[in-house]
Amino acid sequence: MPDPRYWRKPFDSDKVKSPKGVVYVIKDRCKGCGFCVEFCPRGVLVLSVEFNKKGYHPPEVVHPDRCVNCDLCERICPEFAIYSLNQDEIIELAP
Amino acid sequence: MHADPKGVLTGTHYLDGDHAAAEGACAAGCRFLAGYPITPSTEVAERCALRFPMIGGTFIQMEDELASIAAILGASWGGLKTFTVTSGPGFSLMMENIGLGIMMECPCVIINVQRGGPSTGLPTLPAQADMMQARWGSHGDYEIIALSPNSPQECFDLTIEAVNLSEQYRLPVMLMMDECIGHMTEKVVIPLAEEIDIVPRRWTREKPDTYLPYKPCDDLVPEIAPLGYGYRFHTTGLTHDQRGYPVLNAETQEECVGRLMDKVNKNAENIYHLEKHNLDDADVILISYGISSRVAIPAVGKAREDGIKVGELRLITVWPFPENLIRELAGNIKAFVMPEINYGQVVLEVERCVGGKCKTRLVGHAGGWVHDPESIYQAIKEVAQ
Amino acid sequence: MTVAENKKTIGNIPEHPKSLLLRMDRMPHIWCSRCGIGIVVGCLAAALEKAGLSPDDITITSGIGCTGRVAGYVKVDSFHTTHGRAIPFAVGLALSRPDLKHVVFSGDGDLVSIGGNHFIHAARRNQNLLVICVNNFTYAMTGGQLAPTTPVTARATTAPYGSFENPFCLPNLAISAGADYVARWTSLHIRRMTDTFEEALNREGFRFIEIIAPCSTIYARRNKLGTGLDLMKYYYENSEIKHDATAEELEIGFQTKIVVGKFVDKERPSYARAMNRHLGKILGKKYIPPEVGGPQ
Ligand code: SF4
Ligand code: SF4
Ligand code: SF4
Repeated sequence: MPDPRYWRKPFDSDKVKSPKGVVYVIKDRCKGCGFCVEFCPRGVLVLSVEFNKKGYHPPEVVHPDRCVNCDLCERICPEFAIYSLNQDEIIELAP
Repeated sequence: MHADPKGVLTGTHYLDGDHAAAEGACAAGCRFLAGYPITPSTEVAERCALRFPMIGGTFIQMEDELASIAAILGASWGGLKTFTVTSGPGFSLMMENIGLGIMMECPCVIINVQRGGPSTGLPTLPAQADMMQARWGSHGDYEIIALSPNSPQECFDLTIEAVNLSEQYRLPVMLMMDECIGHMTEKVVIPLAEEIDIVPRRWTREKPDTYLPYKPCDDLVPEIAPLGYGYRFHTTGLTHDQRGYPVLNAETQEECVGRLMDKVNKNAENIYHLEKHNLDDADVILISYGISSRVAIPAVGKAREDGIKVGELRLITVWPFPENLIRELAGNIKAFVMPEINYGQVVLEVERCVGGKCKTRLVGHAGGWVHDPESIYQAIKEVAQ
Repeated sequence: MTVAENKKTIGNIPEHPKSLLLRMDRMPHIWCSRCGIGIVVGCLAAALEKAGLSPDDITITSGIGCTGRVAGYVKVDSFHTTHGRAIPFAVGLALSRPDLKHVVFSGDGDLVSIGGNHFIHAARRNQNLLVICVNNFTYAMTGGQLAPTTPVTARATTAPYGSFENPFCLPNLAISAGADYVARWTSLHIRRMTDTFEEALNREGFRFIEIIAPCSTIYARRNKLGTGLDLMKYYYENSEIKHDATAEELEIGFQTKIVVGKFVDKERPSYARAMNRHLGKILGKKYIPPEVGGPQ
């Protein structure tokens, strides 16, 4: 579970259905700062052990099912290397 | 293109050089002036503060000259014709962003009503001692265009010419007046708007997807894109490639700075504006600019009465310097005589071009007054022997 | 931009959703790992989108320094000017193109040290500018010198024994110079920062938003504060939202509490509006409002 410090359970959480997101990491653009990993409210990410082209450890999606497409990782990433999309949008995109 | 009649105060006027320059800017289509008060140039700003609201112009008095030059660069990118006006100390403060204007290739005009220096110097008295500063004052290598009027009428005419040159070649153009010209009152004839030729902004005809902000045309000058039309261009004071992106290496520096120099040097023949009298059979040629050219008139007359063949070359364009002409003339004459209100600035260029082929004689002093024609006459007489 | 519009891919995945607002051909940018500047750029891009603005509705002007490089990474008409002169340059842009929105995006040293005079006068005149200042308490690009924002006792290369000079508190400076809209967030406050940008973009007059952000490589390291990530955690623990904070509460000491919020939100006529109104009143029919630049 995510660190409770960063995630407050909304009062109406049983009524509202959380959206589902899919996270994309543009690995070679990442500079391994760890912001997304640290602050993702759902603990979706960890820094991988593998290196990218630049020698940084990009994040790895370890709990894809938990992602709520909250956009935090996209906004907090200083490198424009990670983002999430709403699952429905992705289906639209499929050829 | 003809001048916008809104800005043209057609008629015969009795104006000093500062006011005439302000009218020149109005007529040339300048619609933005950011300035800061400084003697002896303030009257230009004052006149525009009065006139601009009635011709669709914006005048803003900035917090200092650093801000004035930055604001006119911004407004020029915004698509207006812009100018600022100052004197020595303010000119010194503007130097860094004059370099930015050169690097970004930003059309604008800087009027310097010269006074005695260094430092606060002689705020109310004339000098011509910023001529080399106009040429070299900002750091780095570049070429500049500078004009020098010798009457209120020319303050009007040359301000228009300066604005046009800045649009044609996309660079800051300097109008180097002096306190004497700035405060001298004479007849100024302002023609009809349709008699004034205006160089319009060189807007690009490229589409945004193929446009490169620093791709030169045949005359080595790139075309400008308007803001907000999808060009989404970038421009920087850093060394840049044709996309306008910073590329910090020797190769790009050569290409970038090389073209900034070439666009002035290779077009110099079209830029020169010179006044020539009796050069063909001259033994002595008087080279002058600005107020010194007028003070020299009686000296030349007196020397001719003595039978000395004196030719006259007046540098209306001081920069770029007419190197080839001076080289050519140097072979045929005994000497050049050059009065300047400084201890020798533009005369250094003359000496360089002459290369020892004839004598050069500076008639200079530290400023605060114009020459005594007698001193110029004496110099002519001495070198003619 | 919606996903469907973003046809570009990178590898086998769609390109980043903000890629239409950024110069992806210039990525990776020059900022260090764990630097906060990129976050602020991303939030501005998000705010533009939320505010329903097209990249052709705005210009961005920067000065010099690490944050000064922002203008080079945003895909709008953008100007990378000289040290300290972003504001007066943008004043010229704003007065010649009042139909566009003009953003100045620069660092603390650039905006309030070398450019300090321009800052207060643009605020005083209420020029139509949104000024975003990334404050990392140091001159980062030149290697970590003392800034006008460096907290007392913090170290810099030119204050090797720690600073003993009083720093500027930027919101206080902006407020006392008369700014219409003043806010401060840290680079951790991504949502509030984005919302504030969005709100400020649609307002008139001088708007100032300070973003406290980590300089990981220089400031954090020299002051033994860990990395940018540690500073982000520090902001989490130590920032307090207080919209009605007093001037004293807004001061920032070395690793003290950081009070954030929107402190001023008022409406005065902008310089351009005041000019039009006043001159129109005095000159009547003789007044011709300023020409707008661009092809006729
Ligand atoms: S979108 Fe939100 S929940 Fe999903 S990975 Fe990013 S930060 Fe975590
Ligand atoms: S925030 Fe961006 S740069 Fe930092 S680790 Fe995550 S993906 Fe990489
Ligand atoms: S030096 Fe500091 S401010 Fe500059 S890019 Fe690196 S972390 Fe950011």
